[in-house]
Amino acid sequence: MKRISALIFVLLIAISAFSSCKGDEKTVTLNVYNWGEYISDGSDGSFNTNKEFENYFNRFLSEKYGGIKVKVNYTTYPTNEDMYSKLVSGSGSYDVVFPSDYMIEKLISEDILIPLPWSNLKSESNFHTIDTDYISQPYDPDNLYTVAYTFGRTGIIYNTTMVDEEDIDGSWGLLWNPKYSGRILQFNNPRDAFGTAMYWKDIDINSDDEEDWNEALRILKDQKQYLQGYVNDEIFDKMTGESAAIAPYFVGDFVTMYSENDNLAFYYPEEGTNVFVDAMCIPTSSKNPEIALEYINFMLSPDAAIANALFLGYASPSRYVYNDDPLLDEIYGEYNSEYMESLAFDYFLDAEDEENPTEEELKVAEEKADSIFNLLYNYEDPGNYSHEILFYRNFTPEIQRHVNSLWEELKIHGTEELWVHITSAVLVGTILIFAIYSAVVKKKRSKDYRMRDKALKVTKSGNSN
Amino acid sequence: MRKYAWRIYMAIIFAILYIPILTLIVFSFNDSASTADFTGFSLDWYRELFSSAETFTALRNTLILAVLSSLISTVIGTAAAEGIYKMKNKLVRKSVISVTNIPMMNPEIVTGMSMMLFFVAVAGFLRVEYETIGFWAMLIAHVTFCLPYVILSVLPRINELGDSLSEAALDLGCTPLQAFFKVKLPNIMPGVISGMTMAFTLSLDDFVISYFVGSSNFQTLPLLIYSMTKKKVTPDMYALSTLIVFAVFVLLVISNMKKDKNSPKRHGGRKR
Amino acid sequence: MHSIAAAPHIFWAVLFIVLPLLIVLFYAFTDKAGSFSIWNIVALGDYMPIFLTSIELAVIATFICLVIGYPLAYAIARSKPEHQKIFILMLMLPMWTNLLIRTYSIMALLDDGGFVNSVLMKLFGTDEPVLHIIGTKGAVIFGMVYDFLPYMVLPIYTCVSKIDKHMWEAASDLGCSPVKVMTKVILPLSSSGIISGVTMVLVPCISTFYISQKLGGGTFELIGDTIERQFLNGARNIGAAISLVMMILILISLAIMNKFTDADGEDGGIIV
Repeated sequence: MKRISALIFVLLIAISAFSSCKGDEKTVTLNVYNWGEYISDGSDGSFNTNKEFENYFNRFLSEKYGGIKVKVNYTTYPTNEDMYSKLVSGSGSYDVVFPSDYMIEKLISEDILIPLPWSNLKSESNFHTIDTDYISQPYDPDNLYTVAYTFGRTGIIYNTTMVDEEDIDGSWGLLWNPKYSGRILQFNNPRDAFGTAMYWKDIDINSDDEEDWNEALRILKDQKQYLQGYVNDEIFDKMTGESAAIAPYFVGDFVTMYSENDNLAFYYPEEGTNVFVDAMCIPTSSKNPEIALEYINFMLSPDAAIANALFLGYASPSRYVYNDDPLLDEIYGEYNSEYMESLAFDYFLDAEDEENPTEEELKVAEEKADSIFNLLYNYEDPGNYSHEILFYRNFTPEIQRHVNSLWEELKIHGTEELWVHITSAVLVGTILIFAIYSAVVKKKRSKDYRMRDKALKVTKSGNSN
Repeated sequence: MRKYAWRIYMAIIFAILYIPILTLIVFSFNDSASTADFTGFSLDWYRELFSSAETFTALRNTLILAVLSSLISTVIGTAAAEGIYKMKNKLVRKSVISVTNIPMMNPEIVTGMSMMLFFVAVAGFLRVEYETIGFWAMLIAHVTFCLPYVILSVLPRINELGDSLSEAALDLGCTPLQAFFKVKLPNIMPGVISGMTMAFTLSLDDFVISYFVGSSNFQTLPLLIYSMTKKKVTPDMYALSTLIVFAVFVLLVISNMKKDKNSPKRHGGRKR
Repeated sequence: MHSIAAAPHIFWAVLFIVLPLLIVLFYAFTDKAGSFSIWNIVALGDYMPIFLTSIELAVIATFICLVIGYPLAYAIARSKPEHQKIFILMLMLPMWTNLLIRTYSIMALLDDGGFVNSVLMKLFGTDEPVLHIIGTKGAVIFGMVYDFLPYMVLPIYTCVSKIDKHMWEAASDLGCSPVKVMTKVILPLSSSGIISGVTMVLVPCISTFYISQKLGGGTFELIGDTIERQFLNGARNIGAAISLVMMILILISLAIMNKFTDADGEDGGIIV
């Protein structure tokens, strides 16, 4: 009986815990759906963006929205495609999502995003803090649906102790260098993987021609023999742990890796490279688009923008982080230097005594921060490329299907390991032979028994006679 | 001599089985975020673990789900086992059992996917967002895959017990309900408890089915871990696993010390 | 209490097991617009190599599990009763750390720059990784064996521990050599444990998608990966078709295997 009452007690606790988060009609839950590890979350004493937003909203904006309180429900996804499948499956209502450029285009064309209700905003708009380079982009020319959150480029990360200097030629070709066979990584998603081959061989990355894609597949098949694997975010461990020597990846993530292992280096290939923007949007399933926009607007505030730029390592379009307009220096200048200082101290300061670093240690950290800052913000575009060419655009359904089937082909290509076939064939063969043998033995035996029984009966009846 | 050979063999297998877990425990105390290089001892990752609201919500969700689904599946499953035992028609009995076993035989990925398609259809039918039924979808899915395990651990007990006791109770003036609760249930309790424990474990650890059925507003621990391993596993997840292993270890030891007094003969494990 | 007690369960099973599977069937035989089509099934021809690889790897992993697991189960069952319990607990404890975390820690351990390699590299004094494991099919098989070994050992142990000790003595008194005792008495008597162990390992091995992603380095796909990817790309119909075929394959092979145990059971199971 004791046990049962204990169970009931547990049940009651569980139910009350569950209902406590659902009750209270005046609390609105804001569903924020973001990439994994893509927001400053309060770990390591950093700025807890979601908590700060709740406090800010509940204190200053609650009244303007009729006294409601906000609770942020923050969940994460690993890829654009995961997010897309959740949005279209209708499995869930989301208020703020963070898709990338080509995905934004797709979502807009499928009517999954709503225009941002700027006119209903009840706090002061921070939209002007977005650098002009990151508004009116091809995926959203009139800035109806999106506010840029991060941007960056793909490039090549390599380990300076494992790769010889004379092999660094500033080209995508490094990923095809047989000398580093078994130590090269490649993207594990079709878009970025095909991108590396297409930029290298100067094929249009947004081509409508299936032949172009077939050509890229041929190049990628050539590469497969040199690869250690197709990876996504496993790359962090593989590059910082020195399991691999060369990998293509996003510059923002390189910053994180570099802060853990300074043998790593990065360059933008001269043949041109992909530019991406991840932007904040509100999907149609949002129940509180006004509050969602308040959240987006909050993300543009100086505290949030700087904290997130630092936490992610990705470049931020906010002028609070980087301002290249001297006329605006007076407003943003102090924030810029705040960002730089934190970058040096939080990321690159490697001191014996964290509290009192030596002059030398400080200098190294600042130099590292400077070089990273230049990598993030002050790159030069190679050749005559414009953003237009460097963005991934949304595929037509036909090309999408074609690319998917090519990707499957690439995955199957050259993975034959003979011993697998032989071993499994031997095993299956043995099992079959054994099964047949035991079936035969059994049949024979039961026949024998029957004969014996018969014989027994005959002798018995004979005896009785 | 032969005895030592067995010992050595067991030691080797257990060592291999435990090396990854030991490294996990060791690296949860690592000074840096590396999972390959031990740079120094610190409790930072435990501190970080306890300061992360996301982890706590996920942990709470996981526990709520595990408690509710194990209770519900135990109630339905125990009743079902009794019902199946009483079934006279052999064909009906056999077909009920085989339908019950489907979630156990089927690959998890198929079960998860079929459930997801089903609940999307239900949400469409009710004209509501998936999210509003999200928690219930998850709960129903978990109960469904726990049910066969409960039935499988209760049914043998009922078979073993037979009818004589409850018939005696009926003769002595019990109503059928009383006979079940006062006489039968206490006797099959060990089976019920082990079924419930199994259901609790399965629900707690389930990833594949939750991955397909899950919705935005109800993230469980395995789902959180999955979205993290896609990025980079920081040792705070190692710290969490260390705590879980430790808690389970203590629980198992306590429950076994207790069990020693009651019944010395019982084999753990998932039986089929 | 009559068989009516099973009613809630039957209702549950029909609604949440049978109906979702029918929905999978529906998706497998329709196109995106919802009209009947067999093209999803026809298109499966392209996935034959993936099916083949999945089955091959699963068969090898299951076989290794059996070869390693049987002696382990046997050794546990033959040890002292008070030790048995401890060994079983030790076997179950790793299952309490999340499968994702366990797999991830294997990856961190065996990677080219991982813990094992860095120790070996120091030992041999080279800069090149000594063991290149991650990214091969061998690594995936290792991961499967590691993650699912307890599922093989537990049912076999349950079975072996129930075998009467006198059986052994009787057989050797009647002139059997130890090897013959093993093959003619113990193995056949534990065949039901072997069969359920094999199913419990084979099914998750065929359908896994996490292990191959982490340990296979993404250089090849298993059928679980393909299903997951189809769903992420929104190609539900083809995903449903692949799962349907996989489900049917697995259910058929399980039915065949169960046939073997049934037949054995009816014949008394012992071939002397």
